Amino acid sequence: MQAFIESFEFMVDNLGLLAHKTLELLALSGAAIGISLLVALPLGMWLGHLHRGSFVAINVANVGRALPSLAVIAIGIGVLGLGFLNVMVALVVLAVPPLLTNAYVAIEQVDPDAVQAARGMGMSARELFARVELPLGLPLVFAGVRTAAVYVVATATLAAIAGGGGLGDIIVNQASYRFPGVVAAAIWVAALAIAVDLALGVAQRLATPRGLRARGPVLGPSPAAAARSAGTAPVASAPGQGTPPPAGT
Amino acid sequence: MIVAAASPVIPDFGGGGGCARANRTFCWDWFSAHWGDTFQPALLQHLALTAVAVAVGFVIATSCALVAHRRGWFEGPFVTVSGILYTIPSLALFQLLVPITGLSVLTAEIALVSYTLLIIFRNVLTGLREVPEETREAARGMGLTANQMLVRVELPLALPAVVAGVRIATVTVISLATVAAFVIDRGLGAPIFAALQSSFKTEFIAAGALAVALALVADGLLVLAARALTPWAAAGTS
Repeated sequence: MQAFIESFEFMVDNLGLLAHKTLELLALSGAAIGISLLVALPLGMWLGHLHRGSFVAINVANVGRALPSLAVIAIGIGVLGLGFLNVMVALVVLAVPPLLTNAYVAIEQVDPDAVQAARGMGMSARELFARVELPLGLPLVFAGVRTAAVYVVATATLAAIAGGGGLGDIIVNQASYRFPGVVAAAIWVAALAIAVDLALGVAQRLATPRGLRARGPVLGPSPAAAARSAGTAPVASAPGQGTPPPAGT
Repeated sequence: MIVAAASPVIPDFGGGGGCARANRTFCWDWFSAHWGDTFQPALLQHLALTAVAVAVGFVIATSCALVAHRRGWFEGPFVTVSGILYTIPSLALFQLLVPITGLSVLTAEIALVSYTLLIIFRNVLTGLREVPEETREAARGMGLTANQMLVRVELPLALPAVVAGVRIATVTVISLATVAAFVIDRGLGAPIFAALQSSFKTEFIAAGALAVALALVADGLLVLAARALTPWAAAGTS
């Protein structure tokens, strides 16, 4: 318990340092998520719209989930060396699979009746996507973003061993910051991950079309579970097939 | 702390030859020379850490799911607590446990178990809830009690979801157990941290690749196990 008390003293004394390292972590995570979104969302949604490539789109999440994040970083150090490039590559490799799979499932699983009705109203493929598939799929896309974001924050912390900076720097450098510093940074990282998860949960709720919100559970079968830990995707239809992607590494 | 520039000093790794001294990307000789004293023990420790965590997590999460199946109110609190645990980055969780349980295997296992809870709980509960109402009616009509129905009807039908949960939990734990090397010198994370001191590339790549391979093999084996356990499910899903 003594360590926790001392860690709060450390926080008070080193508020500037912690704030600086937090911003570093957020900048790194934000950049990685940004790049991953640009790669994964268009591809996943496009495949979902075409109803093609389900094998790849779903299994990429299974393989991605199986990749140990520290191992990816370690291999990156060996191949690319220490530094920003390695860290960014590792983060993007780990963030793309849940984003891609959720984007695919989100668009693919839109009620075929709704799609038929839209076609019957004379919508073009582009209108169909923009006005029917995208709004209906958006909550699930957001669930993927949420999963990926929490995962990236956790992995970016680990990436400190490869020169990624951020709060992880303090956690892995006990020699300089002493144990209270390590505990303090760990508390901050934990709080940060939970805050990111909650903030994106709210965003996910806001992204849900009003008509669906009234009906309650939009994602998957168990509302509480779906609301809680991100990316619950289609637990119901096929357990373990691109189901709850990872978080909290 | 770690300086990549200049020529890294390779401590006495022995048996490496010129490749290890030049710190090339991957030295097969060095790897095979150190398989027996470094990598094989690390791999076995990793498996042991994972097996214990998944087994303990399975018992806790499944018991809680059975409770939640009967008493619906239990689901909310359990999911909230395990969800928070699941969200905490592993590096932070391991360090947060150190003041309480010290630099011990117990610390590593508590953290690893806590990551399995949400996954297994949710899958077991979903599996139980998805048993069709008609099936339950039929079971009741045949005079099965609630307990008999659970054991003979609901659990067998929930098995695919349960196995899927164990599979995801196993892969997750294999991944996170590498990080456990921050608090205990065990598992495939240990060579990775050893390599950080020397920035010796072969050791990074070998340990990382073994961890990836272990996760993929475990994932594949559990898929096969799921098929073997539930032959009737193969017809339905692809």
